[in-house]
Amino acid sequence: MLREKYPQEIERILAIYPPDQRRSAVMPLLYLAQRESGYVTRQAMEEVAGLIGLEPTQVGSLVGFYTLYHDEPGGTYRIQVCTDLPCALRGAEAFAEDLCRNLGIRLGETTADGSVTVEAVMCLAGCDRAPLFQLQTADGIHYHENQTVQSALELIEHLRRDGGRG
Amino acid sequence: MAERLLLRHRDLPGLGELPGYQAHEGFEGLRKAVMTMTPAQVIDLVKASGLRGRGGAGFPTGVKWSFLSPGVFPRYVVANADESEPGTFKDRELMEHNPFQFLEGVAICAYAAQANLAYVYCRGEFWDLAHRLEENLAEMGRAGFLGARLLGTDYDLDIRVHLGAGAYICGEETALLESLEGRLGQPRLRPPFPAAKGLYGKPTVVNNVETLANLPLILTRGAEWYRGFGTEKSPGTKIFSLSGHVARPGNYELPLGTPFRELIFTYGGGTSSGLKVKAIMPAGASSSILPGTDEVLDTPMDYESVAAAGSALGSASVIVMDESVDLGWVLKKTSEFFNHESCGKCTPCREGTYWMLHAIERLEHNRRSVGDVALLRSVAAGMQGKCLCALGEFSVVPVVTGIDRFQADFRPDGRDEP
Ligand SMILES: Cc1cc2nc3c(=O)[nH]c(=O)nc-3n(C[C@H](O)[C@H](O)[C@H](O)COP(=O)(O)O)c2cc1C
Ligand code: SF4
Ligand code: FES
Repeated sequence: MLREKYPQEIERILAIYPPDQRRSAVMPLLYLAQRESGYVTRQAMEEVAGLIGLEPTQVGSLVGFYTLYHDEPGGTYRIQVCTDLPCALRGAEAFAEDLCRNLGIRLGETTADGSVTVEAVMCLAGCDRAPLFQLQTADGIHYHENQTVQSALELIEHLRRDGGRG
Repeated sequence: MAERLLLRHRDLPGLGELPGYQAHEGFEGLRKAVMTMTPAQVIDLVKASGLRGRGGAGFPTGVKWSFLSPGVFPRYVVANADESEPGTFKDRELMEHNPFQFLEGVAICAYAAQANLAYVYCRGEFWDLAHRLEENLAEMGRAGFLGARLLGTDYDLDIRVHLGAGAYICGEETALLESLEGRLGQPRLRPPFPAAKGLYGKPTVVNNVETLANLPLILTRGAEWYRGFGTEKSPGTKIFSLSGHVARPGNYELPLGTPFRELIFTYGGGTSSGLKVKAIMPAGASSSILPGTDEVLDTPMDYESVAAAGSALGSASVIVMDESVDLGWVLKKTSEFFNHESCGKCTPCREGTYWMLHAIERLEHNRRSVGDVALLRSVAAGMQGKCLCALGEFSVVPVVTGIDRFQADFRPDGRDEP
């Protein structure tokens, strides 16, 4: 599947590392695998493993170790709010809770229409612009800083209506 | 405001573009290095400048480079752009707004290390930034600052970007190398150090983004000039990431040795609430917590002085907390962080971070009974000196110093204390 769909992208990724070090390509390949559905399917794990000569279980443990890979489906848009100490000192915990309340979910849950998951995450290196979140979609991660619940809800409404990557 | 050497983009609009960068000494340092100096001379110059690593430990950069195993090739350089310490957001600003100064620094380091391939390991969250860096690198290649026989010399260099995927431990240099090799980001036993066996088992230099961004101007303007900033033992300027209860949070580039008071009050505008400063964490979540006394506020922020005051400068991510904060809650936040980020490789840290968090929750539940505070302290103390990497130690220091230095917050029913 990946091989048929993204042959050039796979070649480009493999070329980033020395030819005898294909294993290094596993992380960018997992991002590629996640591009389809926002999470890494079992089939994709097997395919990535095959591309670089690993066991599928080894690839699976990498997916489990790194928080930006997902092994099960979530919302189309994952809103990852930083609630770590510096942001929490500037009201990020209340922001995350208010946002969830407005969406009718609890932290970590996905809205009924399947569009949005809200998660709490650790420091995103934007502590001076709290509250902030990153928006993870199937093919990328973008920052949204100096947020209010209002601005976040407007963004969500826009995404639900028009799609796009935020 | 002192002269800025790193956040120069704030004074020089256009510095983020290649022509603008070239108009302000851009690539003159690299040119000087590869056209007029041997790698050993570059290392000597950086040693003479006294530049110390900005990733946390403050180890002298030139000295670290001189540890590379002689005669073993290929060698690699890896820029540590994992920036994940809570409270740290300086490398991101550098790479977003002054990317060529950073990348020129990578190239100078690679030349000094005689490496022909360098990686920039960006934390996965820096997705957009990593893609812009790739464009910046392509531009450098077209302009002849990278690639085969760069600048007409016989030196070849390629720099490539690698994106992590969310794991604080990958900022630790050996975990970072494991991750770059496509494995779980778990630290290696040391020795051997990366200078002997690093990436793919070859001699490797790992340096922080800010460290590397210092190199171009050290090359063009010289070691003596650089030593005109900062203190005798901590030369140069440093980017302080100021966060928490301050009116104007942000990055401030100041000479090393600037007192906390100046950063927090002159630049940061004091606390936003007007309340007194209760506690300061100078090195992000990994800090020994300092009380906001006059003595601490007057401490110069350099490696030696902050250590003498009972903490560490680390990555200089200064988290300020006013009198409204409860230290029990602070320790819960830091313990949640380390419990989440422990890589699980060694038992004292994997179990210890879990039990510390557990003990803090229990302490909250029991309204801070004397026994629970003692239990938490003993769990923390039991981890000290037993962990495989510094993360375990980092998780302990806020807990121990928080309990010992802010005793009023840990009396039974401490929440009800004025
Ligand atoms: C748990 C842990 C996390 C670290 N995170 C970072 C980081 O995000 N960025 C960084 O540059 N160094 C980090 N370091 C320090 C690196 O291990 C290493 O010392 C540094 O990259 C060396 O660069 P320097 O000499 O230029 O400071 C971390 C260390 C530990 C123990
Ligand atoms: S101290 Fe913690 S982070 Fe470091 S190796 Fe042990 S378990 Fe991993
Ligand atoms: S603590 Fe939230 S971005 Fe740093």
